[in-house]
Amino acid sequence: MQIIRHREIVADTWLHLDDETPVPDAGDVTVSLERLRAEGEVLLARRGALGVRLRSDQLAHDVSDVLQDLDIICVEFPKFTDGRGYTTGRLLRDRYGYTKELRAVGHVLQDQLFYMARCGYDSFALAPGKNLERALDGFADFSVSYQAAADVRQPIFRRVSR
Amino acid sequence: MYKYDTIDQRIVEERAAQFRGQVERRLSGEITEDEFKPLRLQNGLYMQLHAYMLRVAIPYGLLSSTQLRMLAHIARKYDRGYGHLSTRQNIQFNWPKLEDVPSILDDLASVQMHAIQTSGNCIRNTTADAYAGVARDEIEDPRPWCELIRQWSTFHPEFAFLPRKFKIAVTGAPGDDRAAVRFHDIGLRIVEGPDGERGFEVIVGGGLGRTPFVGKVIRDFLPKRFLLSYLEAILRVYNQHGRRDNKFKARIKILVDALGAAEFKRLVEAEWQLIRDTAIDVTEEELARVEEFFVPANYETLPDTDSRLAAMRLGKNRDLGLWVSNNVTPHKVAGYGIVTISVKAPGKPPGDITDTQMEAVADLADRYSQGRLVVTHMQNLVFPDVKTDELESLWRELVKLDLATANAGKLTDMICCPGLDYCALANATSIPIAEELGRHFDDLDYLNDIGEVSLKMSGCINACGHHHIGNIGILGIDKRGEEFYQLMLGGSPGNDASLGKILGPAFAKHEIVDAVSRVMARYLEVRESSDERFIDTFRRVGAEPFKEAAYADHQA
Repeated sequence: MQIIRHREIVADTWLHLDDETPVPDAGDVTVSLERLRAEGEVLLARRGALGVRLRSDQLAHDVSDVLQDLDIICVEFPKFTDGRGYTTGRLLRDRYGYTKELRAVGHVLQDQLFYMARCGYDSFALAPGKNLERALDGFADFSVSYQAAADVRQPIFRRVSR
Repeated sequence: MYKYDTIDQRIVEERAAQFRGQVERRLSGEITEDEFKPLRLQNGLYMQLHAYMLRVAIPYGLLSSTQLRMLAHIARKYDRGYGHLSTRQNIQFNWPKLEDVPSILDDLASVQMHAIQTSGNCIRNTTADAYAGVARDEIEDPRPWCELIRQWSTFHPEFAFLPRKFKIAVTGAPGDDRAAVRFHDIGLRIVEGPDGERGFEVIVGGGLGRTPFVGKVIRDFLPKRFLLSYLEAILRVYNQHGRRDNKFKARIKILVDALGAAEFKRLVEAEWQLIRDTAIDVTEEELARVEEFFVPANYETLPDTDSRLAAMRLGKNRDLGLWVSNNVTPHKVAGYGIVTISVKAPGKPPGDITDTQMEAVADLADRYSQGRLVVTHMQNLVFPDVKTDELESLWRELVKLDLATANAGKLTDMICCPGLDYCALANATSIPIAEELGRHFDDLDYLNDIGEVSLKMSGCINACGHHHIGNIGILGIDKRGEEFYQLMLGGSPGNDASLGKILGPAFAKHEIVDAVSRVMARYLEVRESSDERFIDTFRRVGAEPFKEAAYADHQA
């Protein structure tokens, strides 16, 4: 599957395991937070990178104690109108200092990419059937923002003399 | 008033360009209507019963004459020659075509206006006291803070997809709340703290709709400089914990009620402790920059005219006297008055204004009010800065425009939603009832005798007409396919906030105006004196005498 990562269209190299599929010996995998909690030791002992997938009702603090073990966090947007993931992204970046890949998955659309990027997301698995090439335009909808967020840490009035 | 700099201007222009692209993708079928809907909603574009409706933001209600002329142009070119003033100090156009909306947004951007976040589940236009900056009882002008909230909330990346819409209102007049701050998701009152420092009283979780609540105070005093971080904390708690499973339980009022105000406050304060004193909060330089735009300017030094106003009220010209009595409010600067232009002429839809009226009012604003005017949450217009000397001349001009109805604050100064004539949600018509009430109560002497009373009417339980907080509230309902109207009494939006209570069984369409009439007649019988307002009489005697009168010959 193709995704957008660092504003480029690339192949997704992660294997996203459901809770039943046996964990392979090698390769980069993501698991649900429940599976991470249940099988953490095994998952950490194997070769290959580890990531977690959060449902929209699983918030940043639910995962804040294991961030050092993770190379990717995928946050689900089950419908693009479910905006909890924006706060999750900001808190992971701003409060908990998470610096690895943060991916928006689910009902992810061009018109939300600008906001998601501002909230700390750097990779995006768009909804099926969406034109990724065109979606890249979404990052450039606005050339300036008023607020401080995860990308630009200062509000406009601290950045420029108005 | 606030003037855009190049940054503000670039943002509204880029928004118009973005929406043009979104409309193109919708028209080409690249995005579905389901995907387009939340995008158009965040640009104030609703699908109504017959057509799209475009809601244009008027931040805290403040307009220049130039902006009003552009609204007239839009009404004429893209609509059917009129606009509708809304209870959130915005203006709505009822008949734009989808493919024209990007051009309308371009036109708006050319006069520093937009339709950003006027609908959708995001932070909406911030409203304020319509007399902000000129009221005698104000301790501080709330509009610089409204403008700072506007900028903070515009495209806030974290809060564009909240559980539900979110409305903030601000007042700087602690003694008289004209902004209904207790009925907003967040209400802010500028108050004086123990040592004279100013700050905000923070009220959360008020609202109307199908589950009305009076908001709860979660902080008695917030030093002003912390406003934005405190708002961010409230929104962050709401975004994470507000219900998303049921849109009727998704407003913050339901969360505050479910958790209890104390627990909600605890969550907000805990979040705030982590983000206060960070970059979010406004700098002294930025506050000073924004405040500069609202510094009162160009007032002449004039003698006090309070006694002249009193004389005009009782003067030989009865029509002028009534208008001065009801529609002119004392100004904080000697020699000036605050004029309410009633957009509630008898027999007309409340808040509707034509393109020619808009242009004429813009010219009058230039001549009489320094080129500025305000849209009020009562769906009227205000000229904030009119010299007492020029009141009569202004009044004569307004008479010619059918905009001199002397009913501000009186029964026929109704708030009314668009109702079944326009709205896809409505169960009943509201505008025809308003028109009938206007015709029934068209005797200004009788209206004046009744005195201060508010009537608010909604065509369904979503309560866009604020019926819960009218002294008299009317709610249209559907009973087996027929329109019926519930009558409720005792609501109030202000410092004495209260929710009205249903009087009894609903009235048929042909009965409701008579029922209101009988309630008013009973009030005149039972009030202690002409100084006792309807709401005070109601609170003293209770519902029973009015119930008896209203149902005197009611066929249930």
